[in-house]
Amino acid sequence: MNLRKLASMASLSAIVLSSLATLAVAAPAKEQFFPVLVTRTGPIAPNATPWANGYIDYLKLVNAKGGINGVKTVFEECETGYATDRIVECYERLKGMHGGATVFQPLSTGGTFALTEKAPVDKIPLITAGYGRSESQNGAVFTWNFPLLGTYWVGSEVAIQYIAKKLGGVGNLKGKKIALVYHDSPYGKEAIPVLEELSKKYGYEVQLLPVAAPGVEQKATWLQIRQARPDFVLLSGWGVMNLTALREAQATGYPRDKMLGNWWSGAEPDVRDVGEGAKGYSAMTLQHGAEPNSKVVKEILATLHAKGLGTGPKEEVGDVLYMRGLISSMLAVEGVRKAQERYGKGKVMTGEQVRWGLEHLDLDQKTLDAMGFAGVMRPVQTSCLDHMGSSWVRIHTWNGKKWEFVSPDWYQADANTLRPMVMLASGKYAEEKKLKPRTPEECNK
Amino acid sequence: MLYRENGQFKTSYAADQQIFPIAQDRWAVIGIVLFAFIAVPLLVDEYLFRAILIPFLILSLAALGVNILVGYCGQITLGAGAFMAVGAYAAYNFHIRIEGMPLLLSLLLGGFTAAIVGIFFGIPSLRVRGLYLAVATLAAQFFTDWVFLRIPWFTDNSLSGNVSVSNLQVMGWQINNPLNKYLFCLAFLVVFALLAKNMTRSAIGRQWMAIRDMDVAAEVIGIRPLFAKLSAFAVSSFFIGTAGALWGFVHLASWEPAAFSVDRSFQLLFMVIIGGLGSIMGNFFGAAFIVILPIALNRLLPELGDLVGVEISTAGVSHAELIIFGGLIIFFLIKEPHGIARLWSTGKEKLRLWPFPH
Repeated sequence: MNLRKLASMASLSAIVLSSLATLAVAAPAKEQFFPVLVTRTGPIAPNATPWANGYIDYLKLVNAKGGINGVKTVFEECETGYATDRIVECYERLKGMHGGATVFQPLSTGGTFALTEKAPVDKIPLITAGYGRSESQNGAVFTWNFPLLGTYWVGSEVAIQYIAKKLGGVGNLKGKKIALVYHDSPYGKEAIPVLEELSKKYGYEVQLLPVAAPGVEQKATWLQIRQARPDFVLLSGWGVMNLTALREAQATGYPRDKMLGNWWSGAEPDVRDVGEGAKGYSAMTLQHGAEPNSKVVKEILATLHAKGLGTGPKEEVGDVLYMRGLISSMLAVEGVRKAQERYGKGKVMTGEQVRWGLEHLDLDQKTLDAMGFAGVMRPVQTSCLDHMGSSWVRIHTWNGKKWEFVSPDWYQADANTLRPMVMLASGKYAEEKKLKPRTPEECNK
Repeated sequence: MLYRENGQFKTSYAADQQIFPIAQDRWAVIGIVLFAFIAVPLLVDEYLFRAILIPFLILSLAALGVNILVGYCGQITLGAGAFMAVGAYAAYNFHIRIEGMPLLLSLLLGGFTAAIVGIFFGIPSLRVRGLYLAVATLAAQFFTDWVFLRIPWFTDNSLSGNVSVSNLQVMGWQINNPLNKYLFCLAFLVVFALLAKNMTRSAIGRQWMAIRDMDVAAEVIGIRPLFAKLSAFAVSSFFIGTAGALWGFVHLASWEPAAFSVDRSFQLLFMVIIGGLGSIMGNFFGAAFIVILPIALNRLLPELGDLVGVEISTAGVSHAELIIFGGLIIFFLIKEPHGIARLWSTGKEKLRLWPFPH
């Protein structure tokens, strides 16, 4: 009896859903499909919504300018609510639509872990620009992951460089105390290994202060900071946790200019409500900050938002997280463009071909400037073995009203520190999974 | 007319006490199991397997465990997510730390470990009951969250607390594609559902129900509350732990403690309440309601919007999904406080009399 309902439910949903699937598949060819996993509801929506808007606006802009060598982009949103199981569901739902997904960008570390297991089977690249698992930089093992433009390890390494610079040299790090206030999840923990590795080298002390998600309860954390008086506080927050941390810092009187956030702790929604109270607080960025004056943003405002075709509110165009989405989208599109150079211009690329494109990205400053990204970002060059492409980080500071760059603001992560760690962690992964890392010869196939 | 037991005479105790005394029921269940094993694999595509059927099967199994404790023994628990986590991480540790460990054994040992932890967290049930017990079991939830986030040994010193498994196989049968995963989970569910059904019909099940209905009276007639309550905790946690191991190994393949958060505990409790407390088939209704309905709504609403020419934004769909889903929960709880399973049995009762209800 009990199984009767199960079967009828299954068959009913089979009928309904498969008819929906056929509807979706019947789209015309010559379209490159970009699935968009969005989080427009729930506690992190304030941060994830501008990201999604930027992502989609860029795809629309590409279409307005004639597509990728004539191939139009088409996109489909799926709401995940930042829940891993919904991300998996959305992935399964979207991966076959419109002739197959080009790339997935889960915007969640938990989601990245889950999809990392699925992407190689379905042969769809996974772009995790700035987030995801740091060891996936090693393209020999993580053949389908692309943590383009940086990882949390890059961020941690730069954080120590920044602190050393503030103290007047790495020699002065000795005996200093650095606290890490982090979101207690795989995401927040990503920063730890590098901080600990470098502490052996420079002799500073790391104090780890986890904050349970979603991060509105931090009284105990800041009491500890008050007692221990660390010389610097690093913040790996997400959404509402950042606001709370800054408010608590204000309440305990911890100087904000001794605080440095990672790139999920440095956008407008993270500080706006604290306003003047967050003045002096700095955060790392993935090369770009808020870029309302860049050429690409002006282009989007003119071609899309002026005609009412834009996504989301006009005022947010050019904000930090909007730009993050826009750049993530641009990287995916450029991957397709690069793949077309090899597999045929004006053709729709498969996931496997796009992976080749993403592995051979070569965006020099001239190309970037021509695309309207002058002053927004620095060149990106990937290879089969390096899926990250750039290790530059820029640090911006909140002046009470907006984010601004205070030079010297460019930092490059030290590959001598990070590369061995990446190789070690990815080697361990390969061993666990019994994977054979790709050799350089296999790359060129 | 068709659904009627007239003329089915029982000539032995065995025939009288079988699980489905009515022949039509028996054939229907056998038919459905065969359908699930043979026809479903031929009919449905990968998406349905991966996104709907596999989670549905595994969460049904977990709901089965919760129902044993909450529905049959009357001990409210909010620690189901914790026991799933224990099952998943224990199975993981058995699997990777012991060379050549068979998958089935890892999963069952995961369940077994969860049972031991369940007994431990069941001890407060001997003193406190009702909502107070719910709070006590909530401690299990926070404790396991803490353990798997803080103690690196349990997650094999993974840098971020995330673990993953691969190359699953049972005696040469690779569990790598959605179809095999589905069949694997289905086999588990069928065996465990049969086990649960029989357990609730046997002496131990009657003890649980006696405790649930009135524990003082049960004690007076000679039922040991210690044994009854702790055995319910053990069996329930075993089911939930095995489901957790399946959830990690088969469904997610790579998971973090957040996959078994307190939300999961609530979700499972809702499944049991909506499906029907103290009913085996209620679990399937509840799991279907909670797993399938939100996704179905999420997919159907934009299509419906298209039909009437309204474009609904992604956020709009998501909000509407929550509103309709919440509304339906309230509707069911008002119209049928005993869960969907009761609707089902009322329906069967009516069908028996049909077409002459008087």
